[in-house]
Amino acid sequence: MAVDQLPDNEPVPASPTGRGPILAAILNPFGCFGIRLNNTLGAMTIFLCRAFIQIFHYKQIPEIISQIYFIGAKSASIVALVGFFTGMVLGLQLYYVMNKFGAVGFLGTAVSLSLIRELGPVLTAIMITARAGSAMTAEIGIQRISEQIDALTTMRIDPLGYLISPRIAAALVSFPILTAFFDLIGILGGYLSGVILMGASSGAYTYRIDASVEWLDVRGGFIKSIVFAVLVITICCFQGYFTHLRRDSYGSKSVSLSTTSAVVLSCVMILVSDYVVTSFLL
Amino acid sequence: MEQQPLIEFRNVTKRFGERTILNGVSFRIYEGEVTTIIGLSGTGKSVTLKHIIGLLKPDAGEILYQGKPIHRMSRSEWNAYIGRISYMFQNNALFDSMTVYENVALPLKHTTRLGRRQIEAKAMARIEQTELTEVAHKYPSEISGGMQKRAALARALVTDPQIVLFDEPTTGQDPIRKNAILGMIAEYKKKVGFTAVLISHEIPDVFFISNRILALWDKKIVFEGTPEAMEDFNHPFHDEILHSLENLQEDITGLYSSRHFKIRYQTELARRGAVESYAVLIFSFDNMDEVSATVSHDAAQQTLRSLGNYIRKHFGAVGGFSTRQTINEFTTILPFSDLEEARRILDKFTTDFQEHGMRELEETFRREIPADQCFDFLISVGMAQGKPQVEIESVMEFARFDQKPIATFQCGVRR
Repeated sequence: MAVDQLPDNEPVPASPTGRGPILAAILNPFGCFGIRLNNTLGAMTIFLCRAFIQIFHYKQIPEIISQIYFIGAKSASIVALVGFFTGMVLGLQLYYVMNKFGAVGFLGTAVSLSLIRELGPVLTAIMITARAGSAMTAEIGIQRISEQIDALTTMRIDPLGYLISPRIAAALVSFPILTAFFDLIGILGGYLSGVILMGASSGAYTYRIDASVEWLDVRGGFIKSIVFAVLVITICCFQGYFTHLRRDSYGSKSVSLSTTSAVVLSCVMILVSDYVVTSFLL
Repeated sequence: MEQQPLIEFRNVTKRFGERTILNGVSFRIYEGEVTTIIGLSGTGKSVTLKHIIGLLKPDAGEILYQGKPIHRMSRSEWNAYIGRISYMFQNNALFDSMTVYENVALPLKHTTRLGRRQIEAKAMARIEQTELTEVAHKYPSEISGGMQKRAALARALVTDPQIVLFDEPTTGQDPIRKNAILGMIAEYKKKVGFTAVLISHEIPDVFFISNRILALWDKKIVFEGTPEAMEDFNHPFHDEILHSLENLQEDITGLYSSRHFKIRYQTELARRGAVESYAVLIFSFDNMDEVSATVSHDAAQQTLRSLGNYIRKHFGAVGGFSTRQTINEFTTILPFSDLEEARRILDKFTTDFQEHGMRELEETFRREIPADQCFDFLISVGMAQGKPQVEIESVMEFARFDQKPIATFQCGVRR
């Protein structure tokens, strides 16, 4: 199947035999949904694979750098801001809870492990989705409806290689780095609220981080960030690339709906895959 | 033996959902020719063009390239085929986040092994030819629609393709630039020898540069042949489309379309007695290519337009009627004048054109070219006397043979 053409998912007519049209009418939407989901997942996989294999070309380097700047560097400030306040809230809440059990000394452990293992990768991915993912969907969607993608095809430039591959490469680089940045800023935020504002011990906070955070925790966080990078970029680029095939809208409306779908679907998939990956890592 | 077509459509059918756009369309495109597809808006002209370059696939029928079905080509054959074609989109499809230069250089950067300097030289050459040098580093949204069209044209031609598909290349252009673009296509075709497929509504202007016309009507090709054969084509298409477009053209230029010109002289001559004579004048603008190359395509078209206006103004006042016969030739018939009277009218025309018309042109050229730049052009006219019983084509041929210069422009000096 060509990656530019999604399979047709016309509803299957209800069977006139067997239990009659009522059962068929009930099952038909589920069947259609299943087929559509299967086809979309298949198309997404082909889309990702075809784009991924085109990363490894020297002509991609300038575009990859430019995308790293867009996805990574330009997201750093918002990631830092969110990370700082997440860390501060964690510091406050955990201080309050641990104080009840006389375990304030473990504040550093709780803040750092929460951030490194869970909140860092998830919130970073959600922030990048909101900032860069939505922009990507809109940009690619506009390029699609204004025939710029067709123009690439007529110029013998593979649109997947030209538009999608650099974004995948940039996401694979940027997500883990931004996650690490988020973790670091979050830990500092936790220190500010837990130690400086609430009065927990500074030495205990840093010692507990050093003693309790292991390489496995860090690696787990990075694995998650890479999984999220692949999911977010594939969903956002796919939605933009095939915006012209939407059946609920056309033109600029389809771009806006694709952008919304991309953000919602990415966030949902981040949380779903977070559970799946965590269950494998534990 | 019949020439093998370069591209052939065989019973191609295309549907979008329930809607059939093309229904068993068959036609041929020959190498080195300019083939123009005409038809009403929304009748599938762009869809037809997109099939050639593989952006759409037919639901039925097949498309052949040099006798080979394109859907059965191997990957390398397909790449070689697509590599020979360039496509100019109706809505330009320029990358809005890139400058004009970057847009034009894009195909060279990604599909050739040229170095940065070679790419720059080639892209800038095309940008200069399309008169976009001053906006080369602007974004498409910062330039006019006409400039965007020319940027798309420059991008389509930058790779020196063997086959170029133009989807309404002149839409949104003023009359001067519209003819300049058609002139540019004709000139490149002459120089490079490419095969062009055009979609255009610029009738009859587009006929001057076309070798073959395809008329798309009611989901089918209803006419395939030369522009001359189109004149005698008897079909509702002819009345509905050509008639309306020609009338529009006449409103814009004031000159007759060649079909209406033919009808008019046939009617006029039929009324005349066998002994009554009439005069035919053939004006031609020589060295048009040199003016296009040295000054600009616009300047060449400006000269032609100016000449056309003077012809219409002068000869229309004495009952004459005129048409643009070819890309650089006008024909005027003075139905009530013999050769002597026609000569007197022509003398007045020549004086007026030399006094005012040439002065206007000289001012135009001075604005556009450096003082040291040198080029020549010549406007000639031939005259012949015809009688109703003599074939008009032979009278025209005689006038063409008898042409003498009435105005020259040599290295910036008008005479």
